[in-house]
Amino acid sequence: MAIDLHKYANPRRFLAITSAIYPWSLALTVILLAAGLYTGLFVAPPDYQQGETVRIMFVHVPAAWMGLMIYTFMAVASAVGLIWKHPVADLSAKAAAPIGACFTFLSLVTGSLWGEPMWGTWWVWDARLTSMLILLFLYLGYIALWQSFDDPSKASKAAAILALVGVINVPIIKFSVDWWNTLHQPASVATMSGPKIYSSILTPLLIMGLAYTAFFVTLLIIRVRAEILARRLRILQLSELQER
Amino acid sequence: MTRKRRRLYMVLAGMCVLGIATALVLTSFRDSLVFFYSPTDLAAKPVAAGRNFRIGGLVKDGSVVKDGVIYHFSVTDLKNEVPVTYKGMLPDLFREGQGVVAEGHLNDSGTFVASNVLAKHDEKYMPPEVAAALKKSGEWRPEASN
Repeated sequence: MAIDLHKYANPRRFLAITSAIYPWSLALTVILLAAGLYTGLFVAPPDYQQGETVRIMFVHVPAAWMGLMIYTFMAVASAVGLIWKHPVADLSAKAAAPIGACFTFLSLVTGSLWGEPMWGTWWVWDARLTSMLILLFLYLGYIALWQSFDDPSKASKAAAILALVGVINVPIIKFSVDWWNTLHQPASVATMSGPKIYSSILTPLLIMGLAYTAFFVTLLIIRVRAEILARRLRILQLSELQER
Repeated sequence: MTRKRRRLYMVLAGMCVLGIATALVLTSFRDSLVFFYSPTDLAAKPVAAGRNFRIGGLVKDGSVVKDGVIYHFSVTDLKNEVPVTYKGMLPDLFREGQGVVAEGHLNDSGTFVASNVLAKHDEKYMPPEVAAALKKSGEWRPEASN
């Protein structure tokens, strides 16, 4: 595995591969997002209890999935960066953080908008909502930590440790609804006994999940490329200064 | 042992220690991390009258009585039940057989006086026709949802 990773961790090879993937992931994002939003907003039936309000779920639930998935990705990339010192791994984790923070924020806001008409409150401090808010703070702390060091190698090490410590929150979020009494409903899709959502409502949800994933890949490619180029630029500027 | 190996083991060991520490902390705070108590929790561990807490369960079928602006109903977990009174607006999803979380305190006669009532949604999502068909065929088991 380590050898394989070495091959892809080469920044030049990374740039070559991602420039081939990029147009496809961009096209996939547009198509899936259009399909997901159309089926979710117009084709899917209203829920028997929530009525039309159920449609918030098509934005909310995949955003929460992405919040968890991107944090896990950052933790894995940080571990690879910490252990094998791959430069692209550190940059990938750094580039993913603001995207994950945005998805987490989106899930908190849409959840709140759903909670007011359905539960009768914008916010409660139950285990699911609180652990999700902690996830947002972990993202913000991670971004702030990168900004607070002048030396990128020190920053990447400190940020990687924060990402690894914080990943313990991911299973807590996932299982919070099973371990404790919460106001938030239990898992509907990833459960031991299969999805508890009727197929006509589940399909748009899964399409939106794929659309968000493709969107993440597209944004990540753009951001990691920018990071690699910025690092090259810095090296060029430094060598120019030395020549003078 | 190479330096990479050593770093790998250090990260793995660190994650294990962190995981165990978190598990211990969460287990010891178990009781205070719950959002609400069920009627059975309450029967097992009575709470003093006047102390604020939350109670959750299903609104018992046929128990809702509207008395002017005051609602009376029972919250049940199908083993035990607690009578509740509430004065105020109820959320849209509030109905008999539906999950509910009420915040308030017990009075001296053992009735829960709610200051706030939240509707709890279950994890099932389906179109109205499917719900109607399930009810018709007798496959409807709302109590299995909690």
